[in-house]
Amino acid sequence: MERTSPAQPTAAEFDRRNLDWYIDKLVQILVFIGGISAIVFIIGIFAFVTIEGAGFLLDDFSFKEFFLSPFWEPSDEDAPEYGILALVAGTASVTGLAMIVAIPFSLGAAIFIGEFATGRTRESLKVLVELLAAIPSVVWGFIGLTIMNPLIIDLFDVPVGLNVLNAGVILGLMAAPIMTSIAEDALKAVPDRYREAAEALGATQWEVIFKTVLPAAKNGLLGAVLLGVGRGFGETMAVLMATGHSVNIPDSLFDPVRALTATIAAELGETAVGSDHYQVLFTIGIFLFLVTFVINLTADLIVRGIRDQ
Amino acid sequence: MVNPDTATKPNAGNSNPAAPDSMEDRRGMNTRKLEVRDLSVHYSGNTVLSEVTLDVWENEIFGIIGPANAGKTSFLKCINRMNTFTDNMEVGGQILFSGMDIHQLKNVYALRSRIGVVFPLPVGLPLTIYENVALAPRLKGISDKTELNIIVERCLTRAALWDEVKDRLNSLGSLLSGGQQQRLTIARALSQDPDLLMLDEFSIAVDPVTTMRIEEVLKELRSEMTIILVTNLVQQARRLADRTAFFLDGKCVEVGETEALFEGNVEDPRTRDYIEGKFG
Repeated sequence: MERTSPAQPTAAEFDRRNLDWYIDKLVQILVFIGGISAIVFIIGIFAFVTIEGAGFLLDDFSFKEFFLSPFWEPSDEDAPEYGILALVAGTASVTGLAMIVAIPFSLGAAIFIGEFATGRTRESLKVLVELLAAIPSVVWGFIGLTIMNPLIIDLFDVPVGLNVLNAGVILGLMAAPIMTSIAEDALKAVPDRYREAAEALGATQWEVIFKTVLPAAKNGLLGAVLLGVGRGFGETMAVLMATGHSVNIPDSLFDPVRALTATIAAELGETAVGSDHYQVLFTIGIFLFLVTFVINLTADLIVRGIRDQ
Repeated sequence: MVNPDTATKPNAGNSNPAAPDSMEDRRGMNTRKLEVRDLSVHYSGNTVLSEVTLDVWENEIFGIIGPANAGKTSFLKCINRMNTFTDNMEVGGQILFSGMDIHQLKNVYALRSRIGVVFPLPVGLPLTIYENVALAPRLKGISDKTELNIIVERCLTRAALWDEVKDRLNSLGSLLSGGQQQRLTIARALSQDPDLLMLDEFSIAVDPVTTMRIEEVLKELRSEMTIILVTNLVQQARRLADRTAFFLDGKCVEVGETEALFEGNVEDPRTRDYIEGKFG
């Protein structure tokens, strides 16, 4: 049947691009640029770091010396040595201790906030934890330097208080709030019907948490811990201030160490652009970038895994 | 307290609920499992249940029918004190479970472990099928593997699920289909070895064939435990319940022998209207 009614517009009449259509396209393009730029910047940064470190990587790089030599002597004029083993040991020991400190604190706090606290207590605690996560790292470093340092000297009767213990505790306290926040999200994602079902079986509150909530949230909790590890690995300022900053493979908690990140921060300003030393520091940067990338990616995949279940 | 002689006696005389004198028999023979006196429930000022007074006898299937928002689920929540889990839920009145006032209990967890609950939508805990059923016995302190195996097999068999899952007891319970998860939930409730089993519209997520199989199981279980069956299918109440209560707008309109109610022998005309599908 042919349309004859004047109220029905023909195809040519209604098929026009009006202002709304153009605004829609414009917004789409703007959002696309915003979204893609984050990825472009990250790739750009990685490319920059790689190019700056490329000279050393291609010419003088020796896997054995770089990863297995404990000697970091970049300013030796005759035979500079670029071994990062001690630096890796420094970073690993501090991060490891930090996790030992942070995991009980953050999981405990998350369980309390998510499962026991109610109403006002819960809301104020959550805000407080978010605030703690926002303390700048230099402030933590300052606390390490001025509070922890004399405290460790007094308590353990050691000559210097800037060491693995100091940096580990500071870094642990620093990572705990963000870990708490993510772990609490993971607990909140566990549906209430699980808790009700377990309670109906006669489980006590602790049994409900331990046998039902924690198993259900385990991926999210693991993700929280891994993000904490990533944070510890990449942290610079607090670690620079609290470790003592001396190249050393530690064999006790009271040995000063030096971290990978702190080395870059402290030395990059003093090197000649393009020199070997400069390029080695960028190589460390590539290494750090890869490690944190892998840790964060794993954490992200794990957290995503629970969401899809 | 429960007299063990009468508590364990099967309801032989009631296998035919149509028998008009069965109610009198049971009153003479059995004890009260649950005595509810003037129960009321408020959620932050809103009354959802008021002045509910009724008794549930040992070893009977007690049906509760009524439209949505009649307060049926809130009634169940009060009985095992799940109300402590829901914010703003205030409960008034008195409930005696086997003669004990449940608000005077020293250990609410022990009460809950004697009451099995099946929720409207299946809740497969994020554990394996085996662990879902073994959880309640484990909570009670049973750790012997052989004993647990026996309990798990018995409960799954009774819930009409054993044949379907016996080869994959170690896969996740939450991966089962809806109907299977509901039967898993029933198996889990049975694993508590409860005195009282409360089913809240258990057949919502279950296909008709499975529903009939579960109904057969419930009829058998009557000899061992008391069952409260909340259902929105009046015919299900007719098939299963010895006595039925009709809830409407937060009140218990009446309680009566199921068959009598369905034959139109009601005190309140609203009950007949609901049963005949005239509203609700």
